[in-house]
Amino acid sequence: MSPWVLAGLVGAALVGLGLYGLILHPHPLRKLLAFNLIGSGVFLVFGIVARRGAAAGFSFDPIPQAMVITGIVVAFAASALAVALILRLHAESGRVTLDPEAWTKPDDGAAKS
Amino acid sequence: MSVLPFLDVALALLIVGLAVWTIAARVLFASVVGYVAYGLLLALVWVRLYAPDVALTEAAVGSGVTGVLLITAGKRLGAARAGEAGPAPGLAQKLFAGALALLVAGALAAVILILPDPAPSLAPQAAAAADGPGAGLGNPITAVLISYRSFDTMLEKVVLILAVLGVWSVGADKAWGAAPAPLGQRNPYGASVFLAQMLAPVGAVIGVHIFWVGADAPGGAFQGGALLAAMWMIAMMARITEPPRIDARRLRLALVAGPAVFLIAGLAGPLMAGSFFAFPHAFAKPIILFIEAFMLLSIAVALPALVAGPPSGRSE
Amino acid sequence: MMAPDPTTPGGSLLVLAILLPCAGIILSFVLGGRNAERVALGLTPFGFALACAIAFHVASAGKPVVYALGGLAPPLGIALRADGVSAVMLVAAAVILTAASFYARAKFATPEGAPESRIALTFWIMLQAIWAALTIIFVGGDLFNLYVALELLTFAAVPLVCIDGRPETLAAALRYLLFALFGSISYLLGVALFYGAYGTLDIPLLAQKVQSTPIVWMAAALMTGGLLAKTALFPLHLWLPPAHANAPAAASAVLSGLVVKGSFFLTLRLWFYVLPALPAAGAANILGALGSAAIIVGSVLALRQARLKLLIAYSTVAQIGYLFLVFPLAMGAHVWSDIGWSAGVMQILAHAFAKAAMFLSAGLLAEALGHDQIARLGGAARALPMTFLTLGLGGLSLMGLPPSGGFSAKWLMLQASVASGQWVWTLPVLAGGLLAAGYVYRILTPALSEGDIVLKAPPKRSREAIALGLALIALALGFAPQGFFDLLEIGRPLAAGTLR
Repeated sequence: MSPWVLAGLVGAALVGLGLYGLILHPHPLRKLLAFNLIGSGVFLVFGIVARRGAAAGFSFDPIPQAMVITGIVVAFAASALAVALILRLHAESGRVTLDPEAWTKPDDGAAKS
Repeated sequence: MSVLPFLDVALALLIVGLAVWTIAARVLFASVVGYVAYGLLLALVWVRLYAPDVALTEAAVGSGVTGVLLITAGKRLGAARAGEAGPAPGLAQKLFAGALALLVAGALAAVILILPDPAPSLAPQAAAAADGPGAGLGNPITAVLISYRSFDTMLEKVVLILAVLGVWSVGADKAWGAAPAPLGQRNPYGASVFLAQMLAPVGAVIGVHIFWVGADAPGGAFQGGALLAAMWMIAMMARITEPPRIDARRLRLALVAGPAVFLIAGLAGPLMAGSFFAFPHAFAKPIILFIEAFMLLSIAVALPALVAGPPSGRSE
Repeated sequence: MMAPDPTTPGGSLLVLAILLPCAGIILSFVLGGRNAERVALGLTPFGFALACAIAFHVASAGKPVVYALGGLAPPLGIALRADGVSAVMLVAAAVILTAASFYARAKFATPEGAPESRIALTFWIMLQAIWAALTIIFVGGDLFNLYVALELLTFAAVPLVCIDGRPETLAAALRYLLFALFGSISYLLGVALFYGAYGTLDIPLLAQKVQSTPIVWMAAALMTGGLLAKTALFPLHLWLPPAHANAPAAASAVLSGLVVKGSFFLTLRLWFYVLPALPAAGAANILGALGSAAIIVGSVLALRQARLKLLIAYSTVAQIGYLFLVFPLAMGAHVWSDIGWSAGVMQILAHAFAKAAMFLSAGLLAEALGHDQIARLGGAARALPMTFLTLGLGGLSLMGLPPSGGFSAKWLMLQASVASGQWVWTLPVLAGGLLAAGYVYRILTPALSEGDIVLKAPPKRSREAIALGLALIALALGFAPQGFFDLLEIGRPLAAGTLR
């Protein structure tokens, strides 16, 4: 089995595991970790596409590899935004639940603004 | 060479194992630690896929900087009561999620195995273009990022500005303009201070080096910038330096320097080379290095800003 | 080896239309304080002019306007391409974003000499970022470039949801972010598979190459699934109502009127521009069925809301459902496909203007009354006649009563259903209209009844006029001439699937 086949299978497994965690975990930080697993699985798929595209003296196709670099930076930025939201939510309310029912209050609906 | 396949399989098993741990661990913090270890090992897979540039990025950003971010968050949330996030999922939910995940993973694996052979590739065109728009760059990844697909790269830098502003915007109104809370404890361990004093200058030099050679060898503004960012974060964690105020003009200038210079160079393209985001053949390499130098600065500042979080009213 | 540069006259306008708001973001961020607002407002006329100039070029040339960035043709380079639909969407977005900007001054202006504030800097920069992201989405010709645009849109939209900082808005923003991130990564996986199969991400080049293979179907399914999560199509709609209802009114108008249309637009691009060669009747019927379910579920939930802004947000869930009827009604190269296509684009536009007008009015109402409880609106219509006129006119378009863009869209949908023999799609269209009438009357009936109402502060006339102007555009769309529908056809690939 060549390394790219193995990497492809690992990528598929990571996507599946991440999807499972993203749906199931109630905690937003656990969901974020699951999202990052999916993300690295997707990047691996780009990686094998790049590796299989080895040609013209290159041992990889540079376009999909460059896309992964862009993708990793964007995924990090997304994680940072999510963490900031989670920590602020926790600091403000002491809770981190995403359940909308938990946030509906029988108030008069007055916007604070 | 014959041991490599075994090492590959072992690496793959270890990575999937850590991923399972990340999902299945009962304690939040254990899950975070599992994920950080996972990120480190992933860099090795990228080496095996002949992707040293990605491996460097993954090691620095995907596991290094992300690791600090997640562990800090995990520590703060770890003490929280279990179950506050909502009720644990029921059996039906588990079965549904499991079936969906299996279906997607299975279909994806099947599709990957039947990818066309020979694989389509833009490598020949990238090689041909290296004599033209990407003139003189030995590293094709850098050529793609700063030349052929420079538009993506510029927009991605704008995304980083928005992410920094988004993180800041989560802070309190009163604290606006102030500095984020310090990254380290009040009294950092002597060892971590010593480590930071030793490591930060060396790391910073290596970071600049990675950027400089990136035109021709693995590396570039992303990887160099991420390493510089990591060094700054180490210094902040040892309390040698503190996060800057978010209204500091210098900080904001540094954050936008990369996209701003990129945008101006792109706008000047029609004058220089007849097209937006085109560079004149003779000066492509110096122009690209010039743009990259500012991108290096912006990345080195943006990543720690994202980790440091929103401005904090508290003064320690 | 190198393909010829496909750039057409007017192509530079596409680059400028994207770089203008990008430059605005950078300038606003560095100069800070009051300057962010000045830059954002100062750039609106230029953005609007560029959108109009692009539309003019497309209409007069009768074919798409193209620009190859860096002078490098696809597949190695990235191309921007504006066709008829792009042109119309660019102008619509420019109008709504400009309206929202001037409406928002009352809340987000920084007074002379005041220090920079969190909400003002965030609002003005994110608004420009939404403009930049939508422009790329409307003219982007490369699937990965469009991924970056989708992320730009997410990073701009999420902070607007929680800009007032209450815990429930933070929770809504976080849920929105997680859905959006899932959507982007799923889309990106599809992009990887397309590249792996064909070695290009340029939309026209892919369209020439794609065949009905398992890889293509998997990629299409992943990208569609991701885009549906971002568009909040039932059953992935749960994040939308709290997010849209909790944002400040100007942001809600943009989020509900435009931002969800961004990911929907990419769903259209995928199926009608990348994959016209696919025998996709089954997929189209699934999307149509989900859309129908969204119409019913969204409308019924809207009927049950106690707060005006939540009602309007659930109405968005329903109106998004209508958009997805375009797939069964316009797929393929039949005589009726053109009708279905016109109906779909008309629905995008009519809902965008009507919903923006209604959210802006709801914001004025909440500020004037101090609440937006529907049960306590007695007498409000007399106190706020212009605001309720706007709500009523917007509601008219949502219900699909003539003369309005909403009527045109639904009428065309009925025509396409009948002409194609797909009678079943007439049911959700008609039922949705009746249910919409129900929830619009739920707003208007108490407001028109007798009651004493104390206004905290009367709304500014200019802000009421902005909202009314948008509602009037939604009505005027009902009088769109044939030339308008011809414009929508420019650059639309004829389905190869039925030809082979």
